[in-house]
Amino acid sequence: MGGQLKLQPRTEQKVVQVFMYLMTSIAVLVLVFILVVILKNGLPQLNLEFLTKNPADMGREGGILSTIVATIFLTFIALLVATPLGVGTAIYLTEYTVESRITRIIRFGAECLAGIPSIIFGLFGFILFVNKLKFGWSILSGGLTLAFMVLPTIIRTSEEAIKAVPPAYRLVSFSLGSTRWQTVTRVVLPSAIPGIVTGVILSIGRSIGETAAVIFTAGSALRMPTSLFSSSRTMSVHFYILAKEGVSMPKAYGTAAVLVISILVINIVTYYLMEKYIKRKS
Amino acid sequence: MTRLEKNDRLVRLGLLMIALSAISVLAIITLFIFEQGTPIMFRYGFKSFLLGQDWYPSEKSFGLLPMIVGSLMVTFGALIIGVPLGLASAIFLTEFSHRRLTRILKPVIELLAGIPSVVYGFIGLMFLVPFIRDNFGGPGLSVLAASLILGIMILPTVISIAIDSIRAVPDSYREGSIALGATRWQTVRMVVLPAARSGIIAGIILGMGRAIGETMAVIMVAGNAADIPGSILAPVRTLTSNIALEMAYASGEHREALFATGVILFIIIMILNTIANVTSTRQRKK
Repeated sequence: MGGQLKLQPRTEQKVVQVFMYLMTSIAVLVLVFILVVILKNGLPQLNLEFLTKNPADMGREGGILSTIVATIFLTFIALLVATPLGVGTAIYLTEYTVESRITRIIRFGAECLAGIPSIIFGLFGFILFVNKLKFGWSILSGGLTLAFMVLPTIIRTSEEAIKAVPPAYRLVSFSLGSTRWQTVTRVVLPSAIPGIVTGVILSIGRSIGETAAVIFTAGSALRMPTSLFSSSRTMSVHFYILAKEGVSMPKAYGTAAVLVISILVINIVTYYLMEKYIKRKS
Repeated sequence: MTRLEKNDRLVRLGLLMIALSAISVLAIITLFIFEQGTPIMFRYGFKSFLLGQDWYPSEKSFGLLPMIVGSLMVTFGALIIGVPLGLASAIFLTEFSHRRLTRILKPVIELLAGIPSVVYGFIGLMFLVPFIRDNFGGPGLSVLAASLILGIMILPTVISIAIDSIRAVPDSYREGSIALGATRWQTVRMVVLPAARSGIIAGIILGMGRAIGETMAVIMVAGNAADIPGSILAPVRTLTSNIALEMAYASGEHREALFATGVILFIIIMILNTIANVTSTRQRKK
């Protein structure tokens, strides 16, 4: 860069600095712009009725209550399945083994899983849960698909949280004659809980915002879910359909605002917890 | 062996089973996608899938070339936009800005990584698409619109990984360079960036994976015509949108062909993941 220009190093530094400043401003402004547009157009749509009434007339009228309920159910199932698996994996990797071929394979598996696009999870969930296991388009199929999707996130954050527990805690526990499992459940896990919770909250955010994997597994029926096997439309799927098919822009903005606000709150809480419990210790 | 020790063995075994869940999930996904997607590829021949230019599922014509080219074009476009912006921001935030500014901006950027992709797509549809249509011509729904939206979407990934790997460069490197009379920028360009290179590349590859795998945002702004785009203002359909657009009503061979689309996407992503994994391990080893 600037090799042919023959600028004085100091001038070059000034030029580069201004350029970087500009680029950073563009990046930040674009991202903030998105937030502002959604909130500016969406907040006026929000009121008690919007949050407590079911959608009517394909979403043109009424609120989004059933989609909020569906989102919560789906997320709950996803975490119910993914949390024990993820935390168990993290405990095994950190407390029960040393670096070996197996741990490398497990970590590689988790990393690959994290990189798989959500549409592939959608295809997979459709074939396995909807078709082969005959769960149909349902809360259960959607929740299980999401569980697989968030698993790597929970593994990674739990691993970091457990690693951040000072080794001295374990030594004291062992020296008192505890077994490894006693040490893990009574000493390590209690002090790693905030970090583990962070990963869980992060996964809640991802589940709420997911569309591609959910639309083919939970379906898009616009009604209140009554059982694990009812097909239902989550907030993000509802928003997608409202916006893509131009059903109602005001309702789309309103739904987007609820989505974005919940995710921002979740991410801010996560960030706060991370700063407090993970980064500080490590 | 005491009872407690025996229990401990059981626990270890149980945990190992759980720990194998992640890799088993990966294996099951691979198995199902390939089981559904590859038979039709064998039946019609790989060549007709990879190089066929016509996608008319109702006439049993399953050429995926337009979608493969489409995915590569928008991903490349996303990198052209996202990488310079992301790298410059990362360098600025680590090496040039006030520490206080970085403390505010880094979390802001990371928070924005959580915005759902449908929201990005919606903003693109409402603002970017009309803007392109009015100022550059064409339908607005285009390669350009998809590239811009994807470029923005990969920013948080590229920025935060680049920041982490630039921060991982020991300060003694910088001090040595400054002591030799180099300016800050010279230090960054000749010392810091080369040392952080593999981490930065891993970040870019992960961003690339995110761009190529993105579905909802792309569907909303790309126009989705199944033809090889003639210009960046022409509409485009990616591998991901091909699946998402037709899955709802596809059956029989048509559905199998969509799974075949998934197989190709899956292979591309796994290659990218492996490269990213190898590059970042290399930096960690250093």
